[in-house]
Amino acid sequence: MNTSIASSLVQQVIQRRWLGKAFLALLILLAAWKMTTSLLENPLLFLQQVVNGLQLGFVYALIALGYTMVYGIVRLINFAHGDVFMVGAFVSYYSITRFQIHLIPKTILPGLPDSAALIIGAILVIMVSMASCALLAIVIERMAYKPLRNAPRISALITAIGVSFFLEYFAALQFVFTPNFITYRRPISVVTWAIGPNGITTLTGDAPPEGTILFSNIALIIILTSIALLLGLQFIVRRTRIGKAMRAVAYDKQTARLMGINADGIISTTFAIGASLAGAGGMLYAIAFSQIFFWMGILPGLKSFVAAVLGGIGSIPGAFIGALIMGQAEVLSAAYISTPLRDAIAFSILIVVLLVRPTGLFGEPEREKA
Amino acid sequence: MNKFSKSTLWFLGSAVAVYLVIQILVSTEILSQFWNTIIRLGAVMAIVSIGLNLIYGFNGQFSLGQWGFYAIGAYAAADVTYRWSVNNSADGVVVLALATTLSGVAILWLHKRLSKVRGLDPLSAFTLYLTSTILLSVLAVRVGVAITPAVTSVLSMLPAAISMQIVFILAVIFSAILAAEISYLFGLPILSLGSDYFGIATLGFTIIVKILLDNSDTLLGFVEMKGARGMVGIPKVTSLFWVFIFLVMVVTFIRNLLRSSYGRAIISVREDEIAAKAMGIDIAEYKIVAFVIGSFLAGLAGALYAHINGFLHPDTFNFIKSFDPMIIVVFGGLGSITGTIFAAFAWALILEGVLRLFLPQGFETWRFVVYPLLLIITMLLRPAGIFGNYEIPFLRQVLPKIRQPKPVEAEKAVEVKS
Repeated sequence: MNTSIASSLVQQVIQRRWLGKAFLALLILLAAWKMTTSLLENPLLFLQQVVNGLQLGFVYALIALGYTMVYGIVRLINFAHGDVFMVGAFVSYYSITRFQIHLIPKTILPGLPDSAALIIGAILVIMVSMASCALLAIVIERMAYKPLRNAPRISALITAIGVSFFLEYFAALQFVFTPNFITYRRPISVVTWAIGPNGITTLTGDAPPEGTILFSNIALIIILTSIALLLGLQFIVRRTRIGKAMRAVAYDKQTARLMGINADGIISTTFAIGASLAGAGGMLYAIAFSQIFFWMGILPGLKSFVAAVLGGIGSIPGAFIGALIMGQAEVLSAAYISTPLRDAIAFSILIVVLLVRPTGLFGEPEREKA
Repeated sequence: MNKFSKSTLWFLGSAVAVYLVIQILVSTEILSQFWNTIIRLGAVMAIVSIGLNLIYGFNGQFSLGQWGFYAIGAYAAADVTYRWSVNNSADGVVVLALATTLSGVAILWLHKRLSKVRGLDPLSAFTLYLTSTILLSVLAVRVGVAITPAVTSVLSMLPAAISMQIVFILAVIFSAILAAEISYLFGLPILSLGSDYFGIATLGFTIIVKILLDNSDTLLGFVEMKGARGMVGIPKVTSLFWVFIFLVMVVTFIRNLLRSSYGRAIISVREDEIAAKAMGIDIAEYKIVAFVIGSFLAGLAGALYAHINGFLHPDTFNFIKSFDPMIIVVFGGLGSITGTIFAAFAWALILEGVLRLFLPQGFETWRFVVYPLLLIITMLLRPAGIFGNYEIPFLRQVLPKIRQPKPVEAEKAVEVKS
């Protein structure tokens, strides 16, 4: 008698999902408590961390878009994408140091004002790294992924891992990119602004004034470039014929082919667009953190991939929001919880989000594909 | 006396023969210590990959968490034997054994109770399991510390070599059980996700385990694990003999499992979840069974690995390496145990042995350039893996004969009966 009451109570608790909800609520409350206390304790430091997180989040967003687009169209987790990001950083490095592409506008048009020449030069460098990454992605897609289009999905995944290893270790060879850490030479000098109640002042070497938030031109460049590229991508996907074809192929490849869409070409284009965003992201990341090496693509690549999953893989706005969340999570947990645990916390967030919404924040429920 | 079939005798005989040949070659030092290590490494990789093949190849759950369970097994077993050989105290083995047994019993009891509850929310069940196992582990630590001196004195009465072996085997078994229990707790809420999402969540698990190991001395409180500096001083007790025994046992166990009704149910989940459900198979149950057994094997292999070199470093359990078992499984052929064993040994011999020794001077760094190229080319030429789904006769599935007697025979049977 006693046991049956106990078991029915247990049954009640479990059927109503109280325990699980209580567990999740506890986790969320803990996080919220931590956040509010740290915000009240030192609001400026908190805001400073949020700004740093934004800077990181926008770089992640650029990489995450490539993952989400490729997954949306061929259902492949393209592990080589993080290494394309690394190649983008290296290409921009060499085009600045060895080929001095950022000085070209000045040599062609000596009459140009310095600042304009610099901006055009920087845009040229970013174009070069975007274009070379796009080319690389097309080559990878044609050689490694296309022959496996009708093979089991796992073969393509293993090939992607193989391509990723190959890019990393090939880049580490002495005559390619060298296995050393390289200090990145920024084409622009860093200007830091201190934003406070007394307005904006430019920082000059000495300690920042009390009660201000530091904001560098690097962060501004990263955020502006990322937003411009995102808007461009949104325009391509929503408004152009290629974008329409991409959406059609993502929805149903066979039918799209019957409608006269060159599916293989569209898939290559998708890879190229994703890779060019990653190339731009590589250059921005290198400008922000000023150190590049052949393994730099792995962790940012993985985190952006997680961001894409968090936002719902296959969804472009989802990848963007997910990347911003990942950036904030990383920076805030490094600042307030524990620096060595920051990646663990980011992944725990992913697992918790997946438990609550199994297809990510903005993901559509999985549909059966024929 | 015809208890073993011909294929079983062939398998066991050839296993013993291979073991004897290698053992003799090693003992006479024709094969150097280097190759000895590589063969043991290959066998360990074979065990992890067989576990993954059960999860992915036979049950269809795309898991990248195998390496995390491998790491858990390795560190747990290494800690136990370290405490025995260096501190001369059996507290590790006693606490581990108590904790795993108690929480194992609790998990089984709760599982039996909860499997009758309809509409079970995995997250609620997870919370229940988590709290009970944590409470029991605390209890196990309290009790274990109390009874340690007695166990230590009993074990110390035995000769040192024998007590070391006993502690080692206990450490291997209980670390594997520990990995299996953690996989049960973790798999319970995660296995309800779709396949790719499951893979990513398990990848997250591997990364979290690696980060925890990086900070094992400061965060987890195991000073002897030395965090990111790497754990040294683990006794090197994994001999060829143990590796072969465990490999043969694992292969036989998996083969028998796959031939049982459990195995057929596991395979049916891979083939078609909806059809399996329609046949009355509890999909969630069989997914977790496969996941737990696979993780058990990962923990077992990790424990064996820890005692090969006597050195463990968290970088070994990096998520980049976590693709290695997946590569081995796909390379050998999904759902082929033969292929997995072959690929594991090929992986160890080629990647760790041949490419390390025989690359010309100045080309050592090309090792990891050649390896992915080999991988890509194999995948392009044989997308289904080297062996596809070929099995040696011992491991082949025996499908039940369709019981549909021809009408004539049926009549005869009736006549004979009457």
